[in-house]
Amino acid sequence: MSTSYQPDDSLDSSAEFTDNVESRETLGKVFEVLFLLGLLIGLFVLALLLFDIFRDGLGRFLSPGFLTETPSRFPDQGGIRPAIISSVLLGSVVILVTVPIGVGAALYLEEYAPKAWWTAIIEINISNLAGVPSIVYGLLGLGVFNYLLGFGPALISGALTLSLLSLPVIIVAAREAIRAVPDSLRNASYGLGVTKWKTISSHVLPYAVPGILTGVIISVSRAIGDAASLIVVGAVGFLTFNPGLFQRFMALPIQIYSYITRPEPGFASAAAATIIALLILILLLNGIAIYIRQRFSIS
Amino acid sequence: MQNTNYRDNPDILSRQSLNKNASEDISEKIVATILFACALVSVLTTFGIVVIIFQETFSFFQEVSFAQFFLDTKWTPLFADRHFGVWPLINGTLLTTAIAMAVAIPLGLSSAIYLSEYAQPQVAAILRPAVELLAGIPTVVYGYFALLFLTPLLRNLMPLEIFNALSAGLMMGIMITPTVGSISLDAIKAVPRSLREGAYALGITKLETIFKVVLPAALSGIIASIILGISRAVGETMTVLIAAGQQPRLTINFMESVETMTAYMAQISGGDSPRGSLNFKTLYAVGAVLFILTLALNIVSHWVANRFKEKYE
Repeated sequence: MSTSYQPDDSLDSSAEFTDNVESRETLGKVFEVLFLLGLLIGLFVLALLLFDIFRDGLGRFLSPGFLTETPSRFPDQGGIRPAIISSVLLGSVVILVTVPIGVGAALYLEEYAPKAWWTAIIEINISNLAGVPSIVYGLLGLGVFNYLLGFGPALISGALTLSLLSLPVIIVAAREAIRAVPDSLRNASYGLGVTKWKTISSHVLPYAVPGILTGVIISVSRAIGDAASLIVVGAVGFLTFNPGLFQRFMALPIQIYSYITRPEPGFASAAAATIIALLILILLLNGIAIYIRQRFSIS
Repeated sequence: MQNTNYRDNPDILSRQSLNKNASEDISEKIVATILFACALVSVLTTFGIVVIIFQETFSFFQEVSFAQFFLDTKWTPLFADRHFGVWPLINGTLLTTAIAMAVAIPLGLSSAIYLSEYAQPQVAAILRPAVELLAGIPTVVYGYFALLFLTPLLRNLMPLEIFNALSAGLMMGIMITPTVGSISLDAIKAVPRSLREGAYALGITKLETIFKVVLPAALSGIIASIILGISRAVGETMTVLIAAGQQPRLTINFMESVETMTAYMAQISGGDSPRGSLNFKTLYAVGAVLFILTLALNIVSHWVANRFKEKYE
């Protein structure tokens, strides 16, 4: 790095320049292995984690009635039906609420918003919201849905809280998908005298569906796996009926947490079995997304 | 956009001849308004968070002084001898976060460097989503693994408490690795090839090129990814709630049980404190500290990414 023209003592003393290429290349090889190791450690832990959960929970997961019965106070009895139904309901409400609002917001920012200071504020605001911890969304849900709107600790409060949590992710993904639609499509439509909204609804949106969908699935998977905000809103750890929209509720991650906190040993395998159910639900969601993405993708 | 010029200018074309009916114009306006309302939801969300948190926090500080909150070193709001010093909770958060970053920074950066500089493109196309799977696993699962697999394993090596900062921090680090790795990878990939080739032409080895040319050029993105990772760790709840315990302590001993800000918030929420009670208000006071801390980290992260971005073209 040093490009000094002054005579350098160290250069004078060593009569000839040695480039040390061999040892430098060896160091390079060592670091290549280290970088690879760093990558593999993450994957190894992932594999170990899945292996451990299936070892602990597969037997309990496959035991009769685990998916279809209500919880029991005995670890090897009962099932997680109320938690499954809660999670499916929560996920459905999140999709119904966030897709129209998220896509609408993305369309506004990409297609309508003028370059103005308040547009910039909305954009900065969305990227900051994406970094707000989920437990803070819980405080918001508790204040707005439980108390202000008077829903109390009901499933709808939890679902709307998760919706607010998911919105920034969906908006960011939808904006990227809409931005990727080539302008030539829009211009061709405008050239035929089609109005702005008709152009968007019949040309821009269909083209952007695969990208939007990816964002929806990522954020809904996150919402379904989230427990922190639901604890604050008031999810319960033990429920013996199928929850309705305005009733007390739980969720698969809450059920897992509730099992983990029980001291009796059998509950650990019930927790692992519930984790298997949660992972399958998330995988299922991603599978549906991949299917729809291929079905709707316009080449 | 392009068509508005002549549509709004009746001198060029007759407005009536283009629009089949006037209602089309109105419906266009209605749609634009609805879409604007959608975008406004995000602003209202922020507004709601700020108003609710600071309203309750304000009423908290009418009963508990700033000095009691920021100068006391004990956090015992649930005991008879009540203390409201928030530092033990901040200490728990910082301790677990530091452990997590000690894992996430080396793992995330080495994944990013390997995927960008060494791996064949086809191999990288498989490995990258595989690593990112780690970010898609629900955090309660990491808590389970930390408490029931990692802690028993580590207890063979050292005298850990059942609930301890170490296991929770280590698993949180694995969880955050893709956050650090993904953003760093994008930053490293954005370094133009010509810079690397220039270095090779001077006879520098590949490794030296990475450390002396590529990483410095990508530094803003890397630092942004690390700050974002810290913000994730600070806000993470379930892993630390399950595996680090509920003992607010001022300690740097990672073998002991600690309580983070998020874990306290989850604890007090589950405990059915009646609305309006002082215990209930501590939830918001701690939440305010957490919110301000993560917000500051996110803003700094964006600022670093934009301010120090090297521009090539």
